[in-house]
Amino acid sequence: MTILVIAEHDNAALRAVTLNTITAASRIGGDITVLVAGHGCAGVAAAAAAVAGVSRVLLADAPAFEHPLAEDVAALVIALASGHSHVLAPATSFGKNFMPRVAALLDVAQVSDIVGVEAPDTFVRPIYAGNALATVRSIDATKVITVRATAFDAAPADGGSATVDAVEAPAGSGLSAFVSQTLSKSERPSLGDARVVVSGGRGLGSAEQYRGVLEPLADRLGAALGASRAAVDSGYAPNDHQVGQTGQIVAPELYIAIGLSGAIQHLAGMKASRVIVAINKDSDAPIFQVADYGLVGDLFDVVPQLVAALDAEPG
Amino acid sequence: MKVLVPVKRVIDYNVRIRVAADGSGVDTANVKMSMNPFDEIAVEEAVRLRERGAATEVVVVSCGVAACQDTLRAAMAIGADRAVLVATDAELQPLAVARLLHAVAQREQPGLVICGKQAIDDDASQTGQMLAALLGWGQATFASKLELSDGRAVVTREIDGGLETISVALPALVTTDLRLNEPRYASLPNIMKAKKKPLETLTPEALGVDVTPRLITVRVSEPAKRQSGVKVADVAELVRKLRDEAKVLR
Ligand SMILES: Cc1cc2nc3c(=O)[nH]c(=O)nc-3n(C[C@H](O)[C@H](O)[C@H](O)COP(=O)(O)OP(=O)(O)OC[C@H]3O[C@@H](n4cnc5c(N)ncnc54)[C@H](O)[C@@H]3O)c2cc1C
Repeated sequence: MTILVIAEHDNAALRAVTLNTITAASRIGGDITVLVAGHGCAGVAAAAAAVAGVSRVLLADAPAFEHPLAEDVAALVIALASGHSHVLAPATSFGKNFMPRVAALLDVAQVSDIVGVEAPDTFVRPIYAGNALATVRSIDATKVITVRATAFDAAPADGGSATVDAVEAPAGSGLSAFVSQTLSKSERPSLGDARVVVSGGRGLGSAEQYRGVLEPLADRLGAALGASRAAVDSGYAPNDHQVGQTGQIVAPELYIAIGLSGAIQHLAGMKASRVIVAINKDSDAPIFQVADYGLVGDLFDVVPQLVAALDAEPG
Repeated sequence: MKVLVPVKRVIDYNVRIRVAADGSGVDTANVKMSMNPFDEIAVEEAVRLRERGAATEVVVVSCGVAACQDTLRAAMAIGADRAVLVATDAELQPLAVARLLHAVAQREQPGLVICGKQAIDDDASQTGQMLAALLGWGQATFASKLELSDGRAVVTREIDGGLETISVALPALVTTDLRLNEPRYASLPNIMKAKKKPLETLTPEALGVDVTPRLITVRVSEPAKRQSGVKVADVAELVRKLRDEAKVLR
């Protein structure tokens, strides 16, 4: 078996989700090739070549890939896919965007968001916001798969010594064009990579309070900030902070849910966290059913107390 | 310009689903069904385009069992002009749906297709992108803002870590994210009017599309439950537990 993994990166560094995707590939078993498509991204290719388990890196370095468009990435992957039994990418806004195009053009099904590998053709994936797990077998010649990063450990970033080969990028389709990008600027770790996530819901009441109450706690813990859909819809937090079935899926060491009720759509995005803390004034809130430690109380009292108590901790 | 909006009938998002005892799937008998919420946003966006003169007609299409007619009527109550049902009792997977929609799009020749970004049942997030690829069109997924001008769609997309704006030549395919709009409630008169709007029924056979599934469901099971935790009395106890028991403090 030969597996093609599409790397996610920002032209400067490999995103951690790529390492999780490589682990999923090694669970399938076989030779692993990583495709790095970008612009001025030779350093990313070198990083990919150093990942344990990778035997070959393909580098498509072209101005058109500075901001990868789905049509162009899919065309590149199609051009390289033949001879591979599996094509894998992380199930992020990057991978979800172009992978179904790859599958459709190859006339094969896509297996989305896998959390387990049972056999080279059989995979486990959550459905219904993670309230059920489906085990599916693909009968297609090429398996096109997106991987839920939180379900697989990161492959070691060193220990490998793959070759790097440049590949020709097909001419751009011209169907779409990049205009602009606004990335949330933050000193904090990104939601997907954070060891601790501090997440707030409607109970925060306003954008000022969301920041005023949660930021000191996040700063103290080196945490990323997350939010429920209600908090995002109400404008307390930016869109990309949403955790859940239809937002980001996270599984940090510690997830602190503050003033959010724990709707199934929210739980879908954080249930796999190692330790969950819930702070809510309603002792019947469903979030307490998944919390390891629940504290019933008014968040406006409790969170500042928690920050003070943590400040008093050694270390 | 005609806008085509595919809509899916799914278990209502408020229903707590049950895994069938024999592991074959999820119980759907006597369960409330609704339009996939992202598709509702897609219908709303298309209707707004028509209301502000950027589109002339909104056609909705659904693939599946006869009861999908209810979903199509609901879409017409929001304001879609007419509907197409591709009727089949067969299991439909995203690739098959994309191929059916491709056939419908070839008949309808829309200038824009708006899909939901994912269906809340299989959570696959594939159909729109697959359809765009089959049509050979550009795509803009996870849209939180859509503007049409000079034969292009300018779309703000929700991406991990922020927002991205791209410009796609029409005809194009857009998939909706939650923040694109807030769908209106259908008024009673509009629900009545929707009953009289045209609804055409086609079949996969008539469209010449083979819908045979490519993924075989081996089993569907319940996820492992988290062990239920404890309530702590106060912040001091919480910090102690986090430090000594969970060992997550550094
Ligand atoms: C298609 C679809 C997709 C969705 N996707 C997502 C998703 O990805 N992520 C997501 O989160 N949601 C999602 N939702 C929304 C979800 O169903 C809930 O509506 C949402 O999660 C509720 O947010 P919340 O918990 O902040 O608000 P609420 O349910 O209103 O809960 C607020 C909580 O705050 C508590 N509270 C209030 N004041 C205080 C205080 N002073 N101190 C302590 N506690 C307080 C209350 O007791 C309550 O439990 C989706 C819904 C749909 C239909």
